Amino acid sequence: MRRHTPARGAACVIAAGLLATACGGGGGFGGAGVLTSSWGDPQNPLEPANTNEVQGGKVLDMIFRGLKKYDPRTGKAQNMLAERIDTPDSRNFTVTLKAGWKFSNGEPVTAHSFVDAWNYGAGLKNNQKNAYFFGYIEGYDKVHPDSGAQTADTLSGLQVTGPRTFTVRLNQKFSSFPDTLGYAAYAPLPRAFYTDHAAWVSKPVGNGPYQIASYTKGSAMSLKKWDAYPGPDPARNVGVTLLVYTDSNTAYTDVLAGNLDLVDDVPATQLKNVHTDLNGRYINTPAGILQTLAFPYYDPKWNTPGARMVRTGLSMAINRKQITGTIFRNTRTPATDWTSPVLGAAGGYQAGLCGHACDYDPAQAKKLIQEGGGIPGGRLKITYNADTGSHKQWVDAVCNSINNALDNDKACVGNPIGTFADFRNQTTGHKMSGPFRAGWQMDYPLIQNFLQPLYYTGASSNDGLWSSPQFDRLVDRANAETDRATAVRLFQQAEGVVRDNMAAIPLWYQNGSAGYTARLSHVALNPFSVPVYNEIKVG
Amino acid sequence: MARYVARRLLQMIPVFLGSTLLIFLMVNVMGDPIAGLCGERACDPATAAQLKREFGLDKPLWQQYATYMGNLFTGDFGTAFNGQKVTELMGSAFPVTIRLTIVAILFEIVIGVTLGVLTGLRRGRPVDTGVLLGTLVVISVPTFVTGLLLQLLLGIKWQWISPSVRYGSFDELIVPGLVLASVSLAYVTRLTRTSIAENKRSDYVRTAVAKGLPRHRVIVRHLLRNSLIPVVTFIGADIGALMGGAIVTERIFNIHGVGFQLYQGILRQNTQTVVGFVTVLVLVFLVANLLVDLLYAVLDPRIRYA
Repeated sequence: MRRHTPARGAACVIAAGLLATACGGGGGFGGAGVLTSSWGDPQNPLEPANTNEVQGGKVLDMIFRGLKKYDPRTGKAQNMLAERIDTPDSRNFTVTLKAGWKFSNGEPVTAHSFVDAWNYGAGLKNNQKNAYFFGYIEGYDKVHPDSGAQTADTLSGLQVTGPRTFTVRLNQKFSSFPDTLGYAAYAPLPRAFYTDHAAWVSKPVGNGPYQIASYTKGSAMSLKKWDAYPGPDPARNVGVTLLVYTDSNTAYTDVLAGNLDLVDDVPATQLKNVHTDLNGRYINTPAGILQTLAFPYYDPKWNTPGARMVRTGLSMAINRKQITGTIFRNTRTPATDWTSPVLGAAGGYQAGLCGHACDYDPAQAKKLIQEGGGIPGGRLKITYNADTGSHKQWVDAVCNSINNALDNDKACVGNPIGTFADFRNQTTGHKMSGPFRAGWQMDYPLIQNFLQPLYYTGASSNDGLWSSPQFDRLVDRANAETDRATAVRLFQQAEGVVRDNMAAIPLWYQNGSAGYTARLSHVALNPFSVPVYNEIKVG
Repeated sequence: MARYVARRLLQMIPVFLGSTLLIFLMVNVMGDPIAGLCGERACDPATAAQLKREFGLDKPLWQQYATYMGNLFTGDFGTAFNGQKVTELMGSAFPVTIRLTIVAILFEIVIGVTLGVLTGLRRGRPVDTGVLLGTLVVISVPTFVTGLLLQLLLGIKWQWISPSVRYGSFDELIVPGLVLASVSLAYVTRLTRTSIAENKRSDYVRTAVAKGLPRHRVIVRHLLRNSLIPVVTFIGADIGALMGGAIVTERIFNIHGVGFQLYQGILRQNTQTVVGFVTVLVLVFLVANLLVDLLYAVLDPRIRYA
């Protein structure tokens, strides 16, 4: 509520008298030119290299600008703080910064702001959950060894060569490295981050279009426009207040009642009415998220030529179109490759790469599964976590679809696991006996990010331990390739290997969805399904 | 009396230790909490090991429990995964939930007891039948249905209230408090009704009436006072239940209280948060029960504590 009623004032006085609690939290939220938006409590402390979920990422997106920024519309990486990033060989890079950039506390952004931040992010003793992003930089194994204490504090591959220039040497060729630098983990940090860390974490200071005015952990963050922001994308509103909601349904209800301006996660149960409820103020745009079914290749039963046919058969037994239409009300799109439409054709997305294997064909599915020797273990158990994300609905639907195709009521069942943590525990502990849910949200809009972390031998998110020398070779070649178009083509060839083996069954691309009140205009979601806050106009 | 209180306080110690140990075991059975911290991908092993060391999760369970209990007596409830002290979380969550509970209990006492007296005195009349029917409906409809319905009608259709709670002040908590109280309220009504109807025919009431006491004095001082014992027991036990069971109501109305923190703690498998909050809830429960037992003596002086 934007009003501050006398009744509440009185109640606050009584409450304060009774329980000695603060009331009001600094008066009303919102106000002229300020929009309110739904938020979730970030899981980790708000540090750039320690934030790996979308709620904390939302804030970093507002208060930080890095070397590159992904175009909110096309997802293309564009120079932001970087004037240029040069490389002769895809392994040594020279970064030159633009002049005139500052942090909102007045400190200028220099080469040190980046190099120190990256060294901090990579350092094992700092417990940063995104440390592996620096794994390509030479010296990472000293700063972040697999076991034991770190033997160096700085990455040997990073050298400051001037106030606005530094060099990066990678431990392998990686041509699209500059394009990864828009990710929040690579943000620059001011001195205050190191000198008074506790104060910085309770109220982070960055160099983006917004600065944090107040932050009450677990309930609200108020950001105001930074007037001296030197960048080309200043805020077009006075400020944004992020409010933590216990439930996205309540946030949606608040938007309907006009108490909240923007909800960036329209709950599935409300999708039926969203068009009439919001009168067109509803966004449903593709995001870089792909849902797949992964398989346990550490189980020999799944690692046979016959099992490959079974996997292809299973893929054909899933009626993606029907499931996305009825369960997700078209907020998902049936997948026909292993990347995402947000990459665009030039970025490596290729509609229909999966071919007939992703089409619904129950007769062919049954035939393939029988020829492949039937489902390993006799029965398909699809494992998922039941606590968040309403995965039960679609897993049951997928099983239903498979059962129908096989004319067998008991061929496939869902296997729920209580919590996400336990689910992750069993996936990474390699305890799966059948397919399991595998969602992938991209870190940066590159085809490399959809393939290498998931299917490269020993890669960080290759939970099923799939391995193909041919795939690995193609990825290595693509990374070494300096010509962008050729690199993308090589990645697509690698994707072809994934397809031919049906290493994972692609299910659907996920959209971002948002709803807003009539107070707002120019609302859009970027490819990471985060609202482009600085573009939103209020009133 | 003092000896009775002392004995009850001593009894609390094993209950307290047992319940915290149980919660500790249950949360730990759920598996490795670090696994969920890095999202859909695995934490790299070095960072995971480091985090485990930091939160003391690499030690054997009995040692974790011993350390935890040791810290507890110095007022240290540990740190949640987002770097916040659990005591800080409690400081923001408990006041809101206590306010919500106060509102709910007030509803139970005021509406529940009033309706109970009304119907107990007029057994079989239309008022009685109507209220009985009403309580039956309230008991049979799940809380989340009542909550969502009131939110939709009062919050969106008629715009009388804000559909969500922002600050957690008393006036915002009236409707959520009513929703939280609804089921208990119905039970209080029925309990009071039965109790009143039973005692109406007892000798002491007849004596009081025969003495020519005014009607309201007969009802309040003689009839109600004796009829309240089961009701007080119920409400006392309900205090703990309301605080712990507010998860549904708090979620619907966006109240950042104990229920919300517990829910998040369980989802994120945050041992420190869950055990800390449950520990405090267990204490609240025990103290509330003690108070109820002591109240008996006030209501009925014949009950004595040796």
